Amino acid sequence: MLKINNLTKRFGGLAAVNNVSIEFDANKINAIIGPNGAGKSTFFNLVAGAMAPTEGSIEYQGMDITGMACDRIARLGIARTFQTTSLFDESTVLDNLIVGHRLRTQSRLWDVIINSKRLRDEEKKCRSRAQEVLDFVGLSHIGHRITADISQEEKKRVAFALALATDPELVLLDEPAGGINPEETENLAALIRKMVEHGVTVCLIEHKMDMIMSLADKIMVLDHGEKIAEGTPEQIRNNPVVIEAYLGSDDDAAA
Amino acid sequence: MNALHKISDFFMTPAMKIVMIVAALLFPFVASNEYQIYVMALAFVWAIAVYGMNIITGLCGQLNLAHGGFFAIGAYTLAILTVDHGWAFWWAFVAAGIAGALLGFLAGVVSLRLKEHYFAIFTLCVGFIIYLLIDKWEELTHGALGIINIPAPSGFGLVDFTETTPFYYLALVFMVLSIWLAARIANSLLGRSFRAIRISDELAASLGINLMRNKVLAFVLSTTYASVAGALYAGMVRFIGPAEADVVHTFDMITFLLVGGIGTLMGPLFGTLAITWLTQSLQFLEEYRMIVFGPLLVVLVIFFPRGVVGTFLTWRGRRLAAAHETAQKESASEKKSQTKKAVTPRNQEAGNHA
Repeated sequence: MLKINNLTKRFGGLAAVNNVSIEFDANKINAIIGPNGAGKSTFFNLVAGAMAPTEGSIEYQGMDITGMACDRIARLGIARTFQTTSLFDESTVLDNLIVGHRLRTQSRLWDVIINSKRLRDEEKKCRSRAQEVLDFVGLSHIGHRITADISQEEKKRVAFALALATDPELVLLDEPAGGINPEETENLAALIRKMVEHGVTVCLIEHKMDMIMSLADKIMVLDHGEKIAEGTPEQIRNNPVVIEAYLGSDDDAAA
Repeated sequence: MNALHKISDFFMTPAMKIVMIVAALLFPFVASNEYQIYVMALAFVWAIAVYGMNIITGLCGQLNLAHGGFFAIGAYTLAILTVDHGWAFWWAFVAAGIAGALLGFLAGVVSLRLKEHYFAIFTLCVGFIIYLLIDKWEELTHGALGIINIPAPSGFGLVDFTETTPFYYLALVFMVLSIWLAARIANSLLGRSFRAIRISDELAASLGINLMRNKVLAFVLSTTYASVAGALYAGMVRFIGPAEADVVHTFDMITFLLVGGIGTLMGPLFGTLAITWLTQSLQFLEEYRMIVFGPLLVVLVIFFPRGVVGTFLTWRGRRLAAAHETAQKESASEKKSQTKKAVTPRNQEAGNHA
């Protein structure tokens, strides 16, 4: 699905991601963990095309997507959510999701001026897709609410729904369970499993170790931009390098 | 449902549009003097430019401070072509729109490489460069003297647009067309792409939206609106000078937007008319008007950051959401009551864009 070869990103002298190679399989939950500043978000930004790597290559479904623009990568089927959820607070929840399917449509300014059939069809398609993803994340009962008025966990779900509205095959989730309580975390994990059951490959960054250990099929551990381990949750848990670098260190004991 | 709710619902119906248009058509008959009609026509012309600003700043979230400059480009293109080159008014008018679009494209591709306040500062400079060019390039623009004797729009022998009332109707037609197109854009997938960019560049890009292409399109649309408004202005006032490119006009338009409601459909019109008439009614205070304006604007920005129209829409949206939930609960508890008419999400959504 996703093959990373010797990926490196340097900011001046600092290598935020240093010579990372890994392969993520389709239809699996892949997790990336590591202490703060380990380069996890930078890794996501590189895969999603928000930044171009300094060295190395990214292969997605056998295609070289290294350095491709973000919007093109999204059209190829890689969607993402962000650490901080930003939505259009003044519109309803459903209204927020309609734009998610925009990348699968063709209408241009001219269609808008003449209100062409293509535009009307595509708007219908986007609307029904929005309704579908809203149902999928279990929020159809609050689709009519003003987005500013919904809870943090609901916003996270809306962000998932927005990513799913793009019809992705790979979804990158940046700290999906950040800032929500244990019970909600449990529900969100269930939603992530449901996504995979429906044929989406998931790759997530997360600090909540309980969640990761029970959820992930494969874990990659980053530290100071370098991959220090990869494997199943069991292997990672017992890996002395990981314990030394991450689980054992003071500032991450709480995580 | 009380009277307030009924009135607010009426605001969102198509009938409201007809009421507004009829009111605008009747205005010259109820106006007490010609000056009032003139002020209203001028407000309509400015409103067109404000609608343009609403596309790039309200929908797309890019604060363009060169907007007044493009208004002046429209006015000067029309004036130069008609006065110095003897073009017919309407050909020069079309040329003014095209000039606004082309120059807007050139300015857009460069300035939209910058984000947020860097973009705002850059466009402030672009606006000032436009002012300087108009002021100093005497061979082309007549410099500080300005251009006089600009012909009024040609009425093809049927109407005389040098008269105030016919021009009022002309401005009204152009404004209604501008609002119609703005509504089309705002409610379409294109408008949704613009709003996604307003939320955040990163989010929009991750949704597969080409940032540069959409931003440039929004920018070109806005400069075209501005230059068309400027061309109408030149045909109305029939004398223009470098002051048309003064940044003060841009800030006036931002005030109109903020008061009316940035990013809303009726906000630009409401804000332009409200401030224009407030200014007129405070004329006797002269420069001290600002003592009234300043605090008013501060209060508005603090308590109604979405402007009058935006605040109304949020209030109504919340009320509809609550009504929807009550209706859902009731229909769940007593399923046999078939008469219950729930607010459909679709109606509600139409409201979001008004």
